[in-house]
Amino acid sequence: MFSFFFLNGLTSGMTFFIMASGLTLIFGVLGILNLAHGSLFMLGAYFAFQLTYWLGSFWYALILGPLICAGAGMLMERYLLRPVYGIHITFQLLLTFGIILLVTDIVRFFWGVAYRTVSEPQVLMGAVPMLGAAYPRYNLFVIMMGILVGIAMWVLLTKTKVGKMVRAASSDRETAAGLGLNVPRLYALVFAFGAGLGGLAGVMAAPLRSITMELDVHTIVEAFAVVVIGGLGSIPGALLGSFLLGQLNAFGIFYFSRFEMAFMYVLMAVVLLIRPRGLLGEEVR
Amino acid sequence: MTKTESSGRLFSLAWRPQIYGSVIVILGLALAPLFLTEFLKVFATEMLIMALFALAFNLLFGYTGLLSFGHAAYFSIGAYTCGLTMLKVSPSIPLAFIAGILLATFTAWIIGYFCVRLDEIYFAMLTLAFGMMIHTILWKWDSMTGGADGLVGIPRPHLWLFDLSNITTYYYFTLIIVCICVVILWVIVNSPFGLILKSIRENHERVEFVGINMRRYRLLSFVMSGLFCGVAGVLFAPFEMSLAPDIAFWTKSAEPVFMSLLGGMSIFLGPAVGAAIYMYLKEIISGYTELWMIYLGAVLIGFVIFLPGGIVGFVHRKLYAVGKETP
Amino acid sequence: MNGDTTILETKGLRKHFGDLAAVAGVDIGFREKELTAVIGPNGAGKTTFFNLVTGRLKPTSGKVYFRGTDITGLTPYQIARKGISRIFQITNLFPELTVYENIRVAVLSKMRETARMLTLDRNLKGANDETGRILEIVGLSDKRNSMCGLLSHGDQRLLETGVALAIDPVLLLLDEPTGGMGPEETDEMVKFTRGLIEKQDITVLLVEHDMSVVFSIAERIVVMHQGEIIADGKPDEIKVDIRVREAYLGEE
Repeated sequence: MFSFFFLNGLTSGMTFFIMASGLTLIFGVLGILNLAHGSLFMLGAYFAFQLTYWLGSFWYALILGPLICAGAGMLMERYLLRPVYGIHITFQLLLTFGIILLVTDIVRFFWGVAYRTVSEPQVLMGAVPMLGAAYPRYNLFVIMMGILVGIAMWVLLTKTKVGKMVRAASSDRETAAGLGLNVPRLYALVFAFGAGLGGLAGVMAAPLRSITMELDVHTIVEAFAVVVIGGLGSIPGALLGSFLLGQLNAFGIFYFSRFEMAFMYVLMAVVLLIRPRGLLGEEVR
Repeated sequence: MTKTESSGRLFSLAWRPQIYGSVIVILGLALAPLFLTEFLKVFATEMLIMALFALAFNLLFGYTGLLSFGHAAYFSIGAYTCGLTMLKVSPSIPLAFIAGILLATFTAWIIGYFCVRLDEIYFAMLTLAFGMMIHTILWKWDSMTGGADGLVGIPRPHLWLFDLSNITTYYYFTLIIVCICVVILWVIVNSPFGLILKSIRENHERVEFVGINMRRYRLLSFVMSGLFCGVAGVLFAPFEMSLAPDIAFWTKSAEPVFMSLLGGMSIFLGPAVGAAIYMYLKEIISGYTELWMIYLGAVLIGFVIFLPGGIVGFVHRKLYAVGKETP
Repeated sequence: MNGDTTILETKGLRKHFGDLAAVAGVDIGFREKELTAVIGPNGAGKTTFFNLVTGRLKPTSGKVYFRGTDITGLTPYQIARKGISRIFQITNLFPELTVYENIRVAVLSKMRETARMLTLDRNLKGANDETGRILEIVGLSDKRNSMCGLLSHGDQRLLETGVALAIDPVLLLLDEPTGGMGPEETDEMVKFTRGLIEKQDITVLLVEHDMSVVFSIAERIVVMHQGEIIADGKPDEIKVDIRVREAYLGEE
């Protein structure tokens, strides 16, 4: 039982991670805290539903969904965010809040208010016998995917040329531009990638929960909690934060009863008060 | 944020437009019920309540420079406390209002105490965390708050001679209280304390070096802001007659920010104007289409990109643009 | 004349940033009503020293005494209230407030009127008079309604000084007051600083790079280099001090 809670925690933790890593990457490189990141998650979930329905297989949704979200992200960055780079964070938050409103209604327009569901692909249905009982195959898949995404990001950021450029731009924008990096294009790329991650998280999470129009505003708070706890801009931090919150989710209901949700916020508050930069974040200047 | 000249040292001549304007507005608001339908009176009452909420918020935001993403907490605590008092203790407006305002203020004190230690985005995140904690409590504490269903059947009793169940009476009741609060807020903003708040907004480090305990003043601002949000909340409970926990969700906290932007955050009445515009737009657009959020979202995005000073800021600059905006 | 009381004293004052010792053990005392210049090449630790004294930074070790009281580790506002005021090397004002308001903030603080919420600010006659007085002293009366951010650099430095003065300090720390000023403005600032000692009985510590300013007003010069004090004495002595020359030459 205990170990199943743990695995449940890992499962939700991994979806948190995929989503939050996108958010934190965008923040680290562009300095934008994107309130509409939850909208991308939501879009991913709805695409999971729709594409599976149209194309007959969840696998198509898994590939296309994040790509479409990445495209949406690219449009967002190019036309809505780029005109106002460098503005005060308040305006950033308001702008991205406006995007949330836009996307929510777009979703409502296409899919209506009733909630949707989608099932996991045939191959991943059912449960795997382990530890005396059986654990859902799809959950294990999600955990595995999370690990893969983590490894892929690590490789991309540390081993590839693009990754090095991204890291350079992240730590010192001006110098990076001075060195000839095409910063606007890099920004667009990073934003699209982060948006794609958000969408991917949404697609992956779709079979695990109901797909509703409230996903955007609920998941963004969770993502914020993860990112604050782990450290703004830190991907290992996002991993740690997601893990902690995933476990909190899994065990919380058991130990803390109805108010377990509040503990996510309590943890967030505690980290902010004791170590504002987050558990793995860099020194706040 | 652009600043106007109205920092408490206007000479009497320049005052006249402001006084005339205020008189006209108040007369207009006072006479409005004569011309409005029942529905519009309800709408106008809600507009007054939201205007107060936005003005209270802006004390902390536009004047002290702190962006809170959890201000709906004090509004909803005011509302819920008022409602609960009326339902479970006694349907007495004075008692319920005092209880609501006190609890909202007290909550703001506690939460503010922790929040003012942080700056900028960390402050915003912490207020978000606390705000959502309150939301969770209101949502999950079934026995007390009615859980997801919230409170229903909040009465609108008699207050002395007046029957508040009549919407016109309630409108005037709200108008009087909101006006009193607006005047108090105006005095606060133009008081020595108000100037200190502005200086904290401008340079929160420098104020310490002239001997001001910055955190203490931030906290005071936070508490005053929470107090007036509480007033808006207690007005809201009997108005709406039912409450649901979503009034404490973070998106509700985003509304006064939106309103302050629309109206203009560096002008005193800007947020009030913003509240009116916001509600008006929402109402109008809803009349045409179910998809009002798309339009509101577009408006918001448009304002951020093109009119960050808000409507009032825009008008004000045009009226007073006598070379003050030299780059 | 100079008093013989030590108004500010530091013992073993150190500030380390990682491996770097910005201030590496400073033992020094400053006498009342004296004007001391603290000079030294860039990175000598002068501003860090000021930051330590005014509470902007906490020392890694060591102590600071003001008028006999231990003020080590106090917050900036506590220290300011005890009577130490400063200006900053990089102008540090309230941009979207007027000149008048900038000074007034400090005046309100001094007069302890900051928590008054229910009176209109402009009705405080005492504060009005006092603000006017300070404006006169720094010569910005005619610019009182100008937006601080729009002032010329020289005027901003004067305003900085006004704000620092407005809290009635006993000890005033001026961090490069003539920074970025032309010759005329510098002269004004020198005259003004002299006036501070003569008329206001304030002790002044001055960080300056402009040697003509230093030698025209300083009664005592302290030279810092790499976080330590390498010379301390009257201007004539310092002028010919070999170590001082080496320190400056080394910078080039």
